[in-house]
Amino acid sequence: MINFGYTLNKSGAINLVEADLSLYNDLMKKVPSFARCIGCGGCAATCAARQHTDFSVLKCNMLIRRGEYDTLSKELNKCMLCGKCSLVCPRNVNTRAMIIQARLLVNSFSKR
Amino acid sequence: MNQNFHPFVIPFMLGVIFLVIVMIVRLVRWFRMMDKRQRVAVSRNIISFKTLKAIWETIRESLFHRNIFKTNFVLGYMHFCFAFGWLMLIVMGKVEEIFASGKIFTEPWLGIFFKYFEPIGEHYPLQGFFAFVMDLLLLFVLSGLILAFIKRSRSTILGLRKTTNHSPIDRTALTALWLIFPLRLFSESITASYKGNGGFLTQTIGNWLSVLPVETIELPAWWAYSIALCVFFALMPFTRYMHIFTEVLLIFLRKWKVVESAEKTGYTFIELYSCSRCGICIDTCQINSAANINNTQAVYFIRDVREEQLQDEIADNCLMCNRCTNACPVGIEQTQIRRIYRRKKGFDSEKLYDYIKPEAPKDAQAKVLYFAGCMSHLTPGIITAMKQILDNAKIDYHFLDEDKSICCGRPLKQQGFLEQANALMRKNSELINNAGGTVLVTSCPICYNSFAKDYNLSIPVMHHSQYIEQLLNEGKLKVSKKKELRIAYHDPCEISRGHNIYESPRNIITKVGELIPAGNEKDDSLCCGGSLANTIINPEQLTAIRNQTLDTLCINHPDILATSCPLCKKSFQRGGNTIKVMDIAELIALD
Repeated sequence: MINFGYTLNKSGAINLVEADLSLYNDLMKKVPSFARCIGCGGCAATCAARQHTDFSVLKCNMLIRRGEYDTLSKELNKCMLCGKCSLVCPRNVNTRAMIIQARLLVNSFSKR
Repeated sequence: MNQNFHPFVIPFMLGVIFLVIVMIVRLVRWFRMMDKRQRVAVSRNIISFKTLKAIWETIRESLFHRNIFKTNFVLGYMHFCFAFGWLMLIVMGKVEEIFASGKIFTEPWLGIFFKYFEPIGEHYPLQGFFAFVMDLLLLFVLSGLILAFIKRSRSTILGLRKTTNHSPIDRTALTALWLIFPLRLFSESITASYKGNGGFLTQTIGNWLSVLPVETIELPAWWAYSIALCVFFALMPFTRYMHIFTEVLLIFLRKWKVVESAEKTGYTFIELYSCSRCGICIDTCQINSAANINNTQAVYFIRDVREEQLQDEIADNCLMCNRCTNACPVGIEQTQIRRIYRRKKGFDSEKLYDYIKPEAPKDAQAKVLYFAGCMSHLTPGIITAMKQILDNAKIDYHFLDEDKSICCGRPLKQQGFLEQANALMRKNSELINNAGGTVLVTSCPICYNSFAKDYNLSIPVMHHSQYIEQLLNEGKLKVSKKKELRIAYHDPCEISRGHNIYESPRNIITKVGELIPAGNEKDDSLCCGGSLANTIINPEQLTAIRNQTLDTLCINHPDILATSCPLCKKSFQRGGNTIKVMDIAELIALD
């Protein structure tokens, strides 16, 4: 390789077409109410962890739908499972079940 | 051949020997599986008054079944017939045989099959008395058998809406048990018909039966009786009937202060095998009565664990309200066991929650520390009321989680994330210890239970109901009574069954209004439907549970439904509900 004195950045693009959505599909089976989420962000507004750090159920939701599992695993562990989000959710999404099942799935995926 | 032996006793003896061997193997295994703390507890307390207390409790519970009698009298009588009646049949049989033979040590089967081996024409002391007593006892057991039969076919007659749905092996053992006593009656009657050695029952029936070819039926009858015994004893270790022995062991261990640990131990198995699958927990469970799910109750959970076919969904589908533990005649702590089987391991425990940096208060002079808890932040009325109360009473306080709240860790613990829960507990302990107060007051029963039971804090913890009561009693807080206000109170599970706080909130209510009775009060209180322990049932089922609870709370049409838990308040308020729900702090601040 010729050294030009500079390099190209690694691409940060998210390829939704080729994303691995296996965890998303598994989670959808385990927690069907996950499908009801409209992304209103009510969960993020009330989140106890969000007062300390950049975390929300909505964000986890996005990561799962995009297949970004590496980031997801770190995000999920920030949740304290306090349950405020499930009480404010206007769509009755079982948010805590979603977090717990996603944790378990991420764990089993990383072992695979 | 020995006149005290006949081959038909062989099945019985084989059953007994098998049972004894399995029991010894199990006992050794369970004791080896106990953890160090539990073994220390046993060795420390085995020679003490606690053992005498355990013996007394064994007599009270295992012989007279005080607890089942208290829960359901007919059920208590049924069990009393079987357990006490059968034991007395065995004991009296042995005594009768000692009187007859004049020897204490004889063949072990003689007492059981005494009528067959009883020599004809021989007289011994109290012969007539024994014949009478043995028949009376048999009649007693048979009366229990009739009740058991009714319980199986129509449980509502015995006051049980639902009875346990048993597995095939349990049913086989049950059938064997049910056959034992009629077969005994039949065999003894047949023998009595020609020997004349029966009592009021066996002799009468024997006389009727004498029209039959007695000599040919006699041996098959005794064989059948012996085989029924054999089947029952051989199946016992693998069925619900294991509780007959394990329960006694559990009583002793409990008295010796052995407690459940965070991991599976020998004690866990002793608790699991003490379950008699009576099914009393089924009716108490709202997942059954309101949500109509019938495979997750304590009895089925424990059965699944024992049969090694537990599914996560069953372990997770529990409100952990402890109503079943409260009703259980054996006192099995199913919630604790469930927590063990919910354990989720393999998460990075080093960096857990390192984003939380507990901040010590700038002004570390305050004596009272107030911790609202996550759920109170969802119901800000409680926080406003508490601030007003503390200000009115001129209390020097520090609000620990006014801006940045940390969860107490209990929800994580209930879901089996123990490492995570411990990480949060460390953060909170640091926060509380750095703040330097003399008492910690919390508005949330979940936090209260957690601080009081799981944390090891240097300062006492009070729930706000206790603290407000104290302020009222000390005269620091003054309220005026409004007679026209009719208030019903809902006991939140975490402080009612969890901590027996029943009177404090009620005393507060009587200071501001009229406390009116509600259904399912105190330790029988129902779930608000907001349980954080259950992640399986859907929102519609939770609403059904909530509505069932609201209906029983509002039987006397109160003006206000009071509670002392922000989560209960929130759950009752959600989704179109006409009754006004208030926390007791709000009731006081309202003044």
